[in-house]
Amino acid sequence: MAGEPVATSAAPVQPGAVLLRPPTNPVDRRAVGWWTVNLLIGFAVPVVVLVVLGLLITPARFWLFTPAVVIAFAGLAAVLALPRWWFRVHRWEVTDTAVYTRTGRFWQEWRVAPLSRIQTVDTRRGPLEQRFGLATVVVTTASAKGAVTMPGLARDVAEEIAERLTVTTQAIPGDAT
Amino acid sequence: MNGDWRRLDKRAVPVAAVTMVGVAFLAGVPSAIGLSGISVGVALAWVLPGAVVVIAAGAGAAWLDWRFTRYQVGAERVEVRSGVLIRNRRSLQRDRIRTVDVTADPLQRVFGVVTVRIGTGEHSKGGTVQLRPVARATGDELRRVLLARVSTSVPADGRLATFDLGWIRYAPLSFLAPALGAAAVGGLFNVADWFGRVEGLVGWAIDLLAGLGLIGAIAVLVAVTLLIGTIGALGFWIEMWWAYRLDREAGGTLRVRRGLFTTRSISVEEERLRGVDVVEALGTRLAGAARVDAVATGLPTTVEDNKADQRTLLPAVPRALADRVAADVLREEVSPTAAVVLSPHPIAARGRRVRWALATVLAGELPLIVLGVLLTEVLLHVAWITAALALPIALVLAVDAYRSLGHGRVGGYLVTRSGTIRRSTVALQRRGIIGWTVRQSAFQRRAGLATVWATTAAGAGAYAIRDVGAETGLAAADAAVPGLLTPFLAPLPDSRPVTDETVAESTAAGEA
Repeated sequence: MAGEPVATSAAPVQPGAVLLRPPTNPVDRRAVGWWTVNLLIGFAVPVVVLVVLGLLITPARFWLFTPAVVIAFAGLAAVLALPRWWFRVHRWEVTDTAVYTRTGRFWQEWRVAPLSRIQTVDTRRGPLEQRFGLATVVVTTASAKGAVTMPGLARDVAEEIAERLTVTTQAIPGDAT
Repeated sequence: MNGDWRRLDKRAVPVAAVTMVGVAFLAGVPSAIGLSGISVGVALAWVLPGAVVVIAAGAGAAWLDWRFTRYQVGAERVEVRSGVLIRNRRSLQRDRIRTVDVTADPLQRVFGVVTVRIGTGEHSKGGTVQLRPVARATGDELRRVLLARVSTSVPADGRLATFDLGWIRYAPLSFLAPALGAAAVGGLFNVADWFGRVEGLVGWAIDLLAGLGLIGAIAVLVAVTLLIGTIGALGFWIEMWWAYRLDREAGGTLRVRRGLFTTRSISVEEERLRGVDVVEALGTRLAGAARVDAVATGLPTTVEDNKADQRTLLPAVPRALADRVAADVLREEVSPTAAVVLSPHPIAARGRRVRWALATVLAGELPLIVLGVLLTEVLLHVAWITAALALPIALVLAVDAYRSLGHGRVGGYLVTRSGTIRRSTVALQRRGIIGWTVRQSAFQRRAGLATVWATTAAGAGAYAIRDVGAETGLAAADAAVPGLLTPFLAPLPDSRPVTDETVAESTAAGEA
């Protein structure tokens, strides 16, 4: 990369200069709604508890309402910003050879798991996800370091992926270690 | 051995009874001493019946356990039925069994019995069954029968390493020594507390050290603590590693046998081996020694089974010997951990480590400074003195941590090294890599770095190439497992790459 960057950017890429491209598919648009509701509930619970306590316990009202207001504002900011943010950074892709996901922005993470090493494929649907017609695909390999998850997929897409992966992985012999 | 339901060894009952005698003694003596203040008769009247009840209950429970436990080694599966009120059935598929470990604590050895732990290495709870106790001959037979199914075409090539008492010189260099010393001093105070003599002990120590001044007294106390700790570490090492030997048996199973009082036999099937981890703790590294751990699938990973204990193939020995044993274990001419030429990582990784070192020291000093400003000037003096000591150490460790970083590829192995207090050089078989995880924080992105994890079914589940140049790391990963990462790599000028800032930044950094 030494020399003139302008010239190299037009020239053929040097060997070794490689980057990960984003996976092709964004999560389902409805995931924004799902994450929003999730966050709303998460922030609403402590706020409601604090407000109720504040109404009941008059002497401590200041010390209960202040954190409630702070949490409410922080929650509002999170609810407005984070789901859209996550929608932009979470991407996934299933090719003929591998599952490929990207998450996060501040701590960005790309994961690749080859189909030949997949042990189980599950779809998970929480009550909220069901409401939004969404599902999470969980792909486990033999590694103790956790599964590759693809959250916020449309239900039919998730089922189709799970079906496809299950068929492919069952066709491969061995115990994927 | 096939087919019939068998019982555990009946000597479980005397073993449990003797254990409970020990428990009763340990609990009874302090209570008796406490109660003897009233009268000796009262003390005995309370403690002796209590001890009898405890011993009888222990032996009774062991008898019930023995009475209701059966196991069967069938053609397809190993089954264990146990439980007095709630019946448990555990069954392991025989072709999934990966480990059969045989241990015997001193008491079991006196009675000629052993504990056999059979594992499939699955992470779920049902992956292990324990037979405690069976006769020693039965234990050996179980081990042989259950591991024999592997192709016996691979010949045994005998001993790979044998016990050498000279290795004991590395024992006091571990962090165990100061920890044991501190524990011993703590234990002394605890015993003094039972007898209500803590003030006596402190007074005795003050009288003894009065002539030395504060600094001298502290130095003597530290020296005594370290001495006790060193003796403890030596004893501990002898108990762990006495009569150590590493063999390759027919079928290619690696077997470690060791232990003075508690004897242990740990087997690792060769086809489960995915590499080795050459571990150098700071002290042993300075003395030129290293330990060898197995990176294998199917080793116990639950918390109650001490992980490091089960994986260690060779204790800290001179580095050259460690490399030779690692090579023999992997059936290579030269150990990949020695043969590899490690590429260093970008200088930006050093900056990160130096900043972590400074932040750690600052975090430690901050409470002292705050309290010093608020309360007393003494704490401020303590703060600057400790900072003056800690800062150079932290910086040296940071630079050393950077110099330890490296990765490389040699033959069928990916080799990666990191760490300073515990430097670990992992050689991972490339065919054992079952995926990649690339992580990059915003800080790493700005510095053009990334951490590339090779995921594997073996050992810790993933091994990292830490703080490697983003492009270099991805290229290394792509070369280690050809084809896996390739479809997801984007050449620079293509459609907006995810890490385009990375390149811009690292280019700028490279030119700076």
